[in-house]
Amino acid sequence: MSRLPITKTPKVYVGGAFIRSESARVFPIRDAAGDFFANIPQCTRKDLRNAVEAAAKAGPGWAKRTAYNRGQILYRLGEMLEARAAEMTAAITLGAPSPARARAAAREVAATIDRLIYYAGWADKYEQVLGNVNPVAAPYFNFTVTEPMGVIGVIAPDAAPLLGLVSLLAPAIVSGNTVVALASETQPYAAILLGEMLATSDLPGGVVNLLTGFRREVVPTFATHTHLRAISGVATADERKALKLGAAESVKRTHLLKAEAKTDWFADRAQSLEAIRDTLEFKTTWHPIGA
Amino acid sequence: MASLKTISKLSARRQGRPAPELIFGDLWTYDPAPETADPKLKARYELFINGRFTAPKSGRYFNSINPANERKLAEIAVAGPADVEAAYRAAQKAFDTTWGKMPGAERAKYLFRIARLLQDRAREFAVAETMDGGKPIKESRDFDVPMAAAHFFYHAGWADKLDYVAPGRRIAPLGVVGQVIPWNFPLLMCAWKLAPALAMGNCVVLKPAETTSITALKLAEIIQDADLPPGVVNIVTGAGETGAAVMGHPIPAKVAFTGSTEVGKIIMRSLAGTDKKMTMELGGKAANIIFDDAPLDQAVEGIINGIFFNQGHVCCAGSRLLVHEPVADRVIAKLKQRMKVLRVGDPLDKNTDIGAINSKEQLARITALVKSGVKEGAGLFQPACTLPAKGWYFPPTIFTGVSMSHRIAREEIFGPVLSILTFRTPEEAVEKANNTAYGLSAGVWTDKGSRILKMSTELKAGVVWANTYNKFDPTSPFGGYKESGFGREGGRQGLLDYCRLL
Amino acid sequence: MVGDLMNAGPSASFRRLFDEVGPVDAVGIEERVAKYTTRSIKKSAKLWGLRMAVTMVDLTTLEGKDTPGKVASLCQKAVHPSDDSTVPPVAAVCVYPSMVRHARRALGPGAKVRIASVATAFPSGQTALMTRLAEVRAAVADGADEIDMVINRGAFLAGEFARVQDEIAAVLAACGPATLKVILEVSELETYDKIRAASFLAMGVLRPGDFIKTSTGKTTLNATLGNNQVMLEAIRDFYLDTGMAIAMKPAGGIRSAKQALQFLIAVKETLGDAWLNNKRYRFGASSLLNDLLRQIEKERTGAYQAPYYFSEAAESY
Repeated sequence: MSRLPITKTPKVYVGGAFIRSESARVFPIRDAAGDFFANIPQCTRKDLRNAVEAAAKAGPGWAKRTAYNRGQILYRLGEMLEARAAEMTAAITLGAPSPARARAAAREVAATIDRLIYYAGWADKYEQVLGNVNPVAAPYFNFTVTEPMGVIGVIAPDAAPLLGLVSLLAPAIVSGNTVVALASETQPYAAILLGEMLATSDLPGGVVNLLTGFRREVVPTFATHTHLRAISGVATADERKALKLGAAESVKRTHLLKAEAKTDWFADRAQSLEAIRDTLEFKTTWHPIGA
Repeated sequence: MASLKTISKLSARRQGRPAPELIFGDLWTYDPAPETADPKLKARYELFINGRFTAPKSGRYFNSINPANERKLAEIAVAGPADVEAAYRAAQKAFDTTWGKMPGAERAKYLFRIARLLQDRAREFAVAETMDGGKPIKESRDFDVPMAAAHFFYHAGWADKLDYVAPGRRIAPLGVVGQVIPWNFPLLMCAWKLAPALAMGNCVVLKPAETTSITALKLAEIIQDADLPPGVVNIVTGAGETGAAVMGHPIPAKVAFTGSTEVGKIIMRSLAGTDKKMTMELGGKAANIIFDDAPLDQAVEGIINGIFFNQGHVCCAGSRLLVHEPVADRVIAKLKQRMKVLRVGDPLDKNTDIGAINSKEQLARITALVKSGVKEGAGLFQPACTLPAKGWYFPPTIFTGVSMSHRIAREEIFGPVLSILTFRTPEEAVEKANNTAYGLSAGVWTDKGSRILKMSTELKAGVVWANTYNKFDPTSPFGGYKESGFGREGGRQGLLDYCRLL
Repeated sequence: MVGDLMNAGPSASFRRLFDEVGPVDAVGIEERVAKYTTRSIKKSAKLWGLRMAVTMVDLTTLEGKDTPGKVASLCQKAVHPSDDSTVPPVAAVCVYPSMVRHARRALGPGAKVRIASVATAFPSGQTALMTRLAEVRAAVADGADEIDMVINRGAFLAGEFARVQDEIAAVLAACGPATLKVILEVSELETYDKIRAASFLAMGVLRPGDFIKTSTGKTTLNATLGNNQVMLEAIRDFYLDTGMAIAMKPAGGIRSAKQALQFLIAVKETLGDAWLNNKRYRFGASSLLNDLLRQIEKERTGAYQAPYYFSEAAESY
């Protein structure tokens, strides 16, 4: 008689801990063969609230880390993912997929690792490109630097559920922001596994908080939560309007890609310095020059 | 050192005797010194569309009033939807046919020309600005007009160097942009908005504030003289409905707004269903933080400049003074002393420090908020000063004993009214400074360099003035965090908000 | 133990003095005084200011080639600056100690125009204290009403503040009834911080009515609106804390009436009306007086005046 394996209970990664939805609700996902695979937490607006609080708590400490340190931690996350690439590929495909599907998933994992390495390398450089000294016409030393905005909301696409998610959150955290992300609704399992890798990657708890659930339940709260300082994500026309309407109430920054535009997450332009800049504020400081 | 006679030992001797006072009386009064240059105003200003002054299709006009004496200065056209439409069509045509195709080096020459022509007519513009808006002539003469020219000059040089704006990326103009500006720096805000947009190759429809349209339309005269291709800049005047038409029109790829947070949110809501880019430069409630080791007299000067510059009609005004407890009494005493020599009155007088409040409505709003401060128990101080009988004026005002829950500590007053709070530690100062939905600017005064850098890092504000306040420069990006808006104006970063990445 | 550490060495003593009087931001001071230069003083206000400035002049000659004759004509000019009889006499003449008796002879005993003398090994002050005190006593004995001393900048820059202050106190004692003006020689102190600290050091031993003074006029940089402002603010703070009103004298470099008016605006807006008189404010200058007279005449006649209309004018071309 073959041994019955222990199945894993999927939990979301919030504030450095693995938790169920506070609503105690779940939704089932199926594997490649169409069989029941697991129950995924169906997070609610209260889970989002808690995640934002965890992110806000982690923010100051994360932002104070040296750029070198943040770069190493992102690189370490790449190392984790490389070592467990097969496991992550399986988390995308779930079960026994077609060879083509398996190849596509492996390619997505590889691209995700490369993307992490790309942003890891930016950690101690973006400031040198984005900021500068300004030659004001008076005896002042004047310089412009960037600062993280704070807590960034990320709404991941369904296409490329791992690569899309990481492409949105990596540029936010590399510069000291913290993130509350909503994983793909249709393919949430990669995010569950990503949470487990984050937990072992030296990334402080609360810097990335990953929620799973239904967009229609959670997106409206992303729109109205005033503590989220920016939203980066992929959204439908209706969602975009709702997110921007909500953003108006607290002058939130929105960087929304169109769900209907079918973003190519593998393309070079899916990674950029500008993606980092979108989650930064420019701060200009003046000081007199005198003895 | 034990034998050194220091001030603390000497002041101890004074114990029990009445406090000495300084007399700022009328032993030597300054005679009136009115600026007499001719502002060369027209009796009636039309809309500036497609390079020509054009009567509004509505046929309607409104009066522009001099807030210093409530007299009518000129009639200003009201742009209706059809006029805004015509302005946008002209802008689109200019973008498609001339401006959008012109080499940057040629665009640059036009902007340099505008800067030079503005310098030529600087005094005339300064007088017009002061008469239209109420600000002291010394400010329009020494700040607004030269700074406006400097903005055109600075951005002109960028027009053929756009490859250096976003390293590693190619960029292109957005096309047509709509811009709405406020009444506190009418000409300067024109320059802040127009110069980067034009340098980048965009065409513009701009609406000045209702109470201060004149210098924008005088700038249109310069734009004509500079021979800028028709339609590159269009100026439509009017009140809120005109502004809504400018912001809501389908043509512009981007809208830029400077004004209150309240209106900014309305614009954001109204554009929520579109893909338009936006920049918002909104309100503020800046903290000006004075530590006990600060150069106190210069700090007091910074407080004065921070809150009384332009009658406090400044979005980045240092309207909350956070003063370190050990020096609070000393700073407040010095501040009161300094306020006694401020000269409030005729904005055209070269010796006036504080001019007229821009409008009757604004005066009412300031008055109401000051009343709320008194009612909520804060201590009011205003120096003795005689205000002109005609016109809208408000004396420089400070409130002591303010706490973070007072309305005057939370709401933007946009007038010459300062709320004073105290703090004990740097952390408390940061906490209080950041305890607001706004995040435009902040001031820090201390002699300790490392503390400046730490405070600057922790203050959530787009501009931090350390041991100074209210300084501006075309090379220096300006803009807010949080509900003070997004996007930057000035510097290399300001150009990023007027381009798209290819 | 802690106290010993605190008192260890000159740098600790500088810190303590500096902490007590506070720092000055150079750019901030210069921005403040730039606003004085944009004040527009016209008509009767201008005339009042010009006349006031005349009464505040310490008409100065400090040259190696000074002679009794030169001093006598200077005194004559001090008493009657102009043929316009509405122009008041200046406050004082300022001469080297050896010329005091010639000035006294020219002015007569008990003259309204006072005699000031730069004693204490002016301008360097680099002689023994005993020598400097003897010079002061001699000048007072010869008839000086006022003594302009230089502080020991070497001691100040070396951090020996008590010595600087003790020397001022010794000179003060040697002055007897004569008014003392303490020259900080600001250009050698170099920073505004030090000018402020030195002002307090001097004021700590002065009597009400004694002066602090910017410069000898013998270095490259003398009175400026900036160092004038720093010293006015020190006087103001000292007065508000102690009730003792110290007077101020900028010297050197103030050549035009326009400059003098700007200095007076600084006085009006910093110390107020009580300092707008020659008991509390003076100008140490030689060529300023003629420009004041030219501008007064211009206000009277409405015509710009050639310099050679005025006596002792350096420019005769």
